[in-house]
Amino acid sequence: MSEQPEQPDQPENAEAARGRAKAYWRANLKLLGKLLAVWFVVSFGFGILLQPFLDQFQFFGFKLGFWFAQQGSIYVFIVLIFVYSYRMKKIDREFGVED
Amino acid sequence: MDTQTLIYFFVGASFALYIGIAIWSRVESTKEFYIAGGGIHPVVNGMATAADWMSAASFISMAGLIAFLGYDGSVYLMGWTGGYVLLALLLAPYLRKFGKFTVPDFIGERYYSDTARLVAVVCLIFISFTYVAGQMRGVGIVFSRFLEVDIDMGVIIGMTIVFFYAVLGGMKGITYTQVAQYCVLIFAYTVPAIFISMLITGNPVPQLGLGSELADGSGMYVLEKLDAVLVDLGFNAYTERTKSMVDIFAITAALMLGTAGLPHVIVRFFTVPKASDARTSAGWALVFIAILYTTAPAVGAFARINFIDSVNNTPYSAVAEVYKNYEDLGLVAWKDKNGDGVIQYSAGAPFAGKPDFDGEKRGASGERTVTNAPTENANEAYVDRDIMVLANPEIAGLPGWVVALVAAGSLAAALSTAAGLLLVISSSISHDVMKKTFMPNISDAQELRAARLAAIVAILIAGYFGINPPGFVAQVVAFAFGLAAASLFPAIIMGIFTKSMNKEGAVVGMLAGLVFTFSYIVYFKFVSPELNVADNWLFGISPEGIGFVGMFVNIGLAFFVKRFTTSTPQDVQDLVETIRVPSGTGGAHIH
Repeated sequence: MSEQPEQPDQPENAEAARGRAKAYWRANLKLLGKLLAVWFVVSFGFGILLQPFLDQFQFFGFKLGFWFAQQGSIYVFIVLIFVYSYRMKKIDREFGVED
Repeated sequence: MDTQTLIYFFVGASFALYIGIAIWSRVESTKEFYIAGGGIHPVVNGMATAADWMSAASFISMAGLIAFLGYDGSVYLMGWTGGYVLLALLLAPYLRKFGKFTVPDFIGERYYSDTARLVAVVCLIFISFTYVAGQMRGVGIVFSRFLEVDIDMGVIIGMTIVFFYAVLGGMKGITYTQVAQYCVLIFAYTVPAIFISMLITGNPVPQLGLGSELADGSGMYVLEKLDAVLVDLGFNAYTERTKSMVDIFAITAALMLGTAGLPHVIVRFFTVPKASDARTSAGWALVFIAILYTTAPAVGAFARINFIDSVNNTPYSAVAEVYKNYEDLGLVAWKDKNGDGVIQYSAGAPFAGKPDFDGEKRGASGERTVTNAPTENANEAYVDRDIMVLANPEIAGLPGWVVALVAAGSLAAALSTAAGLLLVISSSISHDVMKKTFMPNISDAQELRAARLAAIVAILIAGYFGINPPGFVAQVVAFAFGLAAASLFPAIIMGIFTKSMNKEGAVVGMLAGLVFTFSYIVYFKFVSPELNVADNWLFGISPEGIGFVGMFVNIGLAFFVKRFTTSTPQDVQDLVETIRVPSGTGGAHIH
């Protein structure tokens, strides 16, 4: 829940609200950056660019790079979206902008 | 009951269900028609999105593509799932907060311009019609194979069903039928996959079976065996990359960005109650999609093994009945080059192009005569990749009800996607072109009538393309994703993540991305297909992946133009501020 009382009519509070909106957006972008880095690494990284290297490792009956390209990256994608959804809910509450 | 009766029963029962839902969910306002009233539960929407997204291509063609492409087929698996991460993180919550009805609606308001809105409508219509023609064709093929009606009749039956629930129920009817269709299609996809995984590896979970040892006692892993057999027959190893790395990278990127920019997928996220629901809903959508997408590579690998085992070095007289059924449909052909009556299967095309049958004439072993001139190599078998999923249960000797389930499932996949596409086409016409641009004074009831009329016209056009498919349907799939990646996706992203992007920049960017990608694909696919080889490609990127470059063309030019034109008005900057915070989502409304 929001700690600050909401009084958007008063100018100094409007200023504070703008600052808070900026900080909220920065927190969102920071989280986005981290998650998209993972998104890139598991698919384009492990599944494509590093596939020839990772394929020398065996993962059950799979070559590791092949597994990331056809299975692993998809599982990570799912986790990423739920992590984003969960973390954003917390950030929304922290800044008092939850819907 | 015999298989044919079971097929009629399963398909008939599923159709009755869809029509029942359509009648129950009739709508009376444009808000219900466009976005189902905006009150769909995120998990329900996730399931509907999965059915909306997974088309006849995902259900019927993808496993077959992977079976023949091996590692290179990964572009579809990563490309068509990774886009959901972008949707959930970069688009869906903000567009839901914006709270309007269509994708051009957002572009039009954010870039305070009817030109931008109409450019977005053009992109949307091109992308969606390309797609829908393929769905109608898929419906026709499934009908002709399983229900023994001809393809044209199949298309007409499919059109009638879609007509019922798309025109009566709009988004609301589509949402609930898509949920039912998801259940039908995922059951139909996984049940045979589990059976086949059991048969081949003894492991009932296909995702694990793909990494298991074969059940034949050889002690070899599935993929190891497949690599060995294929290399032996002169093919590339299954797990090896054959396309260039840069091309694989670009195609995957174009499919991901294109997925995130497809209007019929984006609008599904307008139907949930809150912005935060849009995030979770995208997660659920991907869960439901991943069930099929992680099963598909297993189905592909098993199908390839089954196919080689049941065809190679088998006399034509001993080959399974199912192949002869597909031979009658022209999807399988055999040219006995060495005249020994035995099918030899190996790398290379058996003859140039698709088989050209000599009427009903039969060769020495009873096979349909192919008139194409044979090639030099030893391969005698032609197979259309699309039969892999449809024929797999029969090849593996599964019971009749599984075969019937696959028939109902593939129709569910095609119909659910077709309906979603037709809805975005009709709402962009009635809402963006009519209400928002040329006829702002029409009432809600008139707009709803227009939306229904537009849906009817769209269904008729789609049906026409289904019956008279332009020869290039398969080839223009690249269009839909490439154009979405190069036009709508960057325009939406810049609209949310920059406040300064103005209408001039956005319009020039969209048009440039569109024209660049369009010309590149048309040049290599239609104008000079003989030049369509890696040496001539820009940066070594094939037409399938060029949308990735198109996106940079769009963004680059947009920022360039922005520098020399007027800045964004204050009220639009305020709008961007508002869509960035979830609070105060409220329902969608008309201004």
